[in-house]
Amino acid sequence: MELSKIESLLEKYLNAETSLQEEVTLKNYFLSGDVAPEFKEYEAMFSYFNHSKAETLKTPLQLNSKKTNWKWLSVAASVALLVSVYVGNGYLAEKQARQQYAQITSALQLLSSNLNKGNEAMANLYVYEDTVNKIFKPSK
Amino acid sequence: MTQSDFLKSVLPFKDKVFRLAKRLLVSTEEAEDATQELYFKLWRNKEKLAEYKNVEAFAMTMTKNYCFDRLKSKQASNLTLVHSNYKEKGTALEKKLEYRDSVSQVHRLIENLPEQQKLVIQLRDIEDYDFEEIGKMLDLKPSTVRVSLSRARKTIREELIKQHNYGVI
Repeated sequence: MELSKIESLLEKYLNAETSLQEEVTLKNYFLSGDVAPEFKEYEAMFSYFNHSKAETLKTPLQLNSKKTNWKWLSVAASVALLVSVYVGNGYLAEKQARQQYAQITSALQLLSSNLNKGNEAMANLYVYEDTVNKIFKPSK
Repeated sequence: MTQSDFLKSVLPFKDKVFRLAKRLLVSTEEAEDATQELYFKLWRNKEKLAEYKNVEAFAMTMTKNYCFDRLKSKQASNLTLVHSNYKEKGTALEKKLEYRDSVSQVHRLIENLPEQQKLVIQLRDIEDYDFEEIGKMLDLKPSTVRVSLSRARKTIREELIKQHNYGVI
């Protein structure tokens, strides 16, 4: 390739007036390894462009996001928390009710045993009254 | 749209998406994450994809916007500068060092360009899109793309000459 042609292409290149086709011509020239010393700076540029083009994505792409899984996990966790709070609350209320029931039962039992003591004393009084009636027959 | 149709239409340009993301986000890991995220987004919007005439251009626009958002939210705080290793075969040993130096220099020079020029040089000189397509991707007029590209190319060349005294000989 004649240097004069390269030179005019480079001028167009700097003004961004080259077509893609012309840029391929330039690229081929600068990657050939045989570059005139006055154009050395372009060799670095075109080498870099060529090099960058070869870089590829190394990690595989996934379409099923892990993030949505995490979102569902958090939803599940909050549901589980709600359910356990609800169930736990019911259990607690039941326990409290049982405790109250036991307290009331024991209180009533205490009351009734004391009442029975009184009844026994009354029974003695009836015996006494009977005896009195036998001895002093009440006149009609 | 089935999964295999979807993959057929979007997989061919996955490397281009990755390279564009890497150009903007600098780090390889960030770019890989971004590409993955973008493909989720494309997959989620697969019904809409059929409406686009040019899915590839649409994906590139999405990539650009996504990376800009990412940069804005991160303010580049935990982004690290990662320079790729350039493995070149067939270069004479004594030349190798200097050569590699000037090639990675181009990488740094592009990094320092304004965002729009960075995008344009990536899309034109590396991905070989025409001005019409680049204009669509970046929402610019083709003439603006041309001006931007010309500035970027001139800047890179001038900086290279400055740093290596090329062309002075």
